[in-house]
Amino acid sequence: MPMDMIIPLLRTALELGLISSLTVLALYLSYTMLNVCDLSTDGCFTLGAAVGAVVVLSGHPLLAIPAAMAAGMLSGFITAFLQTRMGINSLLAGIIVNTGLYSINIAVMGNTSLLNMNRAETVFAKVHRLLEGTALAREDKLIVALLAVVLVVAFLSVFLRTKLGLAIRATGDNPDMVRSSSINPIFTTTIGLCIANAFTALSGCLLAQAQKSVNIDIGSGMVTVALASLLMGTVFFSKKSITFRAVGAVVGSIVFRLVYTIALRFNMPASMLKLVSSVIVIIAISAPYLRAQIPVLRRRMTAKTQKEAV
Amino acid sequence: MLKLDHISKTFNPGTEDAKKALNDLTLHVNSGDFITIIGANGAGKSTLFGAICGDFLTDSGTIMLDGENVTMQPAHERARVIGRLFQDPMRGSAPNMSIEENLGLAAGHGGWLSRLSKADKQDFRERLSLLGMGLENRMKSPVGLLSGGQRQALTLLMATVNPPKLLLLDEHTAALDPGTAEKVLALTQKIVRDGHLTCMMITHNMQSALELGSRTIMMDNGKILLDVSGEERRGLTVSDLLQSFREASGKNLTTDRMLLT
Repeated sequence: MPMDMIIPLLRTALELGLISSLTVLALYLSYTMLNVCDLSTDGCFTLGAAVGAVVVLSGHPLLAIPAAMAAGMLSGFITAFLQTRMGINSLLAGIIVNTGLYSINIAVMGNTSLLNMNRAETVFAKVHRLLEGTALAREDKLIVALLAVVLVVAFLSVFLRTKLGLAIRATGDNPDMVRSSSINPIFTTTIGLCIANAFTALSGCLLAQAQKSVNIDIGSGMVTVALASLLMGTVFFSKKSITFRAVGAVVGSIVFRLVYTIALRFNMPASMLKLVSSVIVIIAISAPYLRAQIPVLRRRMTAKTQKEAV
Repeated sequence: MLKLDHISKTFNPGTEDAKKALNDLTLHVNSGDFITIIGANGAGKSTLFGAICGDFLTDSGTIMLDGENVTMQPAHERARVIGRLFQDPMRGSAPNMSIEENLGLAAGHGGWLSRLSKADKQDFRERLSLLGMGLENRMKSPVGLLSGGQRQALTLLMATVNPPKLLLLDEHTAALDPGTAEKVLALTQKIVRDGHLTCMMITHNMQSALELGSRTIMMDNGKILLDVSGEERRGLTVSDLLQSFREASGKNLTTDRMLLT
């Protein structure tokens, strides 16, 4: 493959990897730290995309970002409320919110399932205009995505070491301990899910603006894709500090997109993305379990052969 | 200090499994008391701690803690003034967080967004060195790497880093090997004495129940059978205790665990 074809491919993979790494960082907070598998991620991603697009179309590309994050936060609050105050199982709470969000997202987009931002000024176009004339102007997507990722990683590495951050980590790490301590798990779970979903919505908001359109399915399967990236990231940085592991989540996301982009070049149909991410998640989660089973299986095998020998 | 008045608790009421775990129990704990609690399995010892901490609401009665009525207060609010240790050393600390992070969480200095200060870390280092386990040099290691005894000692430190008004120990040395148990127990005595803490300790070892502390309570069927302190308690032997139990309850206090220890 000639170089001038590879570079744009790499750039697209990097941009996409960075933008979706915001969702991976959201799961780093909710899944790795709080130990909640937030299945409202898909809907929340679309919510961020939809809210962002509507605000962009009204002529406020910068305002789109806080608006999308606030919407995500609200969605996270509802998911947390259902599981902490209403006695709904945490997986089920996520699924319920995800389903409800489908209708809400359609409503936000003005009762259509597709919004186009071709003629509106996105945050990327705005940055492009600001940098007009400099060499960086072409890299608007990369700059905005990188800035967002750096800010979120910096926020997480500071936040997770504050008293509130420690309390959130303890809630996921040892619920028994938290139950008999002065930490209120309802409070920590709620804060954690609000922040995580703000990042998920930010991720959706940026992706929609990068591709200048929102489809109601933009977020579908995001939770599995992000989980696959997150678990790939832990392969690189497993026993490191909070900050390193957050960077690992970003690296995982970029590597995932890179592999996927290369696979597309080799004529893998685009629709295979979700199957591939499912398989990665299955392997990453089941591997430690299966590894633990190996000695058991081996003993059974020897027992069987011994029996046959007798 | 702590006043329990006529508290009752029945688990699974109205079913075949209904169990009256606390039965119109009244107990007044004075400030500075170190109470050891003994009783057979199912006597209601741990349920008593659960009621004090707010794990569940009692069916009736009132609980006053330091002049405040906490009967309806949620557990996490009461936990601000109550330190609590369980038998399971894994229960009291977060395994994937470092020693200093666990202590920082327990100390809870500053606002929600404050981080561990240098002074905090120095303070933790000094407290850890008092344990004599070398933990002061491993402050950044995850707690999951510690042994059971080390983890229980750390939990004790976490529970007392802010002197609690009441320290509740639920057989906190029972899961440790004898040597470590002795060490953790000595440590407990030191921390309780130095901090002038009010403490209640459940134990199945009748000998140490009489040796430790200033007051001994014996429970059976959700009630307090025997409550001895001061002159009356001095000179009391294990066989005296067994005798009193027989007289008060009309049965023998014999669980395997108690006979063996």
